[in-house]
Amino acid sequence: MYELKLEADSGNLPVLQAFIEDHLEAAGCPMKKIPQISMAAEEVFINISSYAYAPSKGDATICMEFVDRPASVIITFKDHGIPYDPLAKADPDVSLPAEQRKIGGLGIFLTKQVMDDIAYKYKDGQNILTMRKSII
Amino acid sequence: MLNITKTIEDQSMMISLEGRLDTITAVELEQAIKESLGGIKELTLDLEKLDYISSAGLRVLLATQKRMNNQGTMKLIHVGDVVMEVFEVTGFTDILTIEA
Repeated sequence: MYELKLEADSGNLPVLQAFIEDHLEAAGCPMKKIPQISMAAEEVFINISSYAYAPSKGDATICMEFVDRPASVIITFKDHGIPYDPLAKADPDVSLPAEQRKIGGLGIFLTKQVMDDIAYKYKDGQNILTMRKSII
Repeated sequence: MLNITKTIEDQSMMISLEGRLDTITAVELEQAIKESLGGIKELTLDLEKLDYISSAGLRVLLATQKRMNNQGTMKLIHVGDVVMEVFEVTGFTDILTIEA
């Protein structure tokens, strides 16, 4: 189990990406899946950075765990911000033409698409988002 | 980290991207496009060396596509597998012009 605690600020994105990608690489994750998983982590982290503590600032804790059968990575995000379930939001309509597309709203949708499982709960004053993807 | 290379010839502009298009670098790309897009009728984005894209990057591409719809054409070339998959699941393959 690896843990990273940092201020939920978009400027810290490179720190998060390095943490995620270095551990995935060390665990033998296929190269094709590394940017997918890193992108999913970016979307969740940016969501926390933008909304959890606005207009003030706070920390986020990210845990990475590797499990067997099937070989998977489990990434958990925790923050003490306002209770917010990002999964409750309706998916954007991805069949609309460009002119009718809204700028935004695709981040969590993308995360749901690339990860195998994703779940949210609010417990002990924390938003806890857990996501899993096989790394075979 | 994103390297942005711009080549402008008359009313055509080619932008080559190398690295990652994420929340931080999308702001740089948006700025780079914005300052040169006036009068451009043909915009080409070469994504051969782009190996990462997140929703922030999609936002810039969508905003640029909308603007080009009013003033000319925009196409993407040399899109790699990782980026193409993101375009596919978000329906961007239908709203962007993508050449092999």
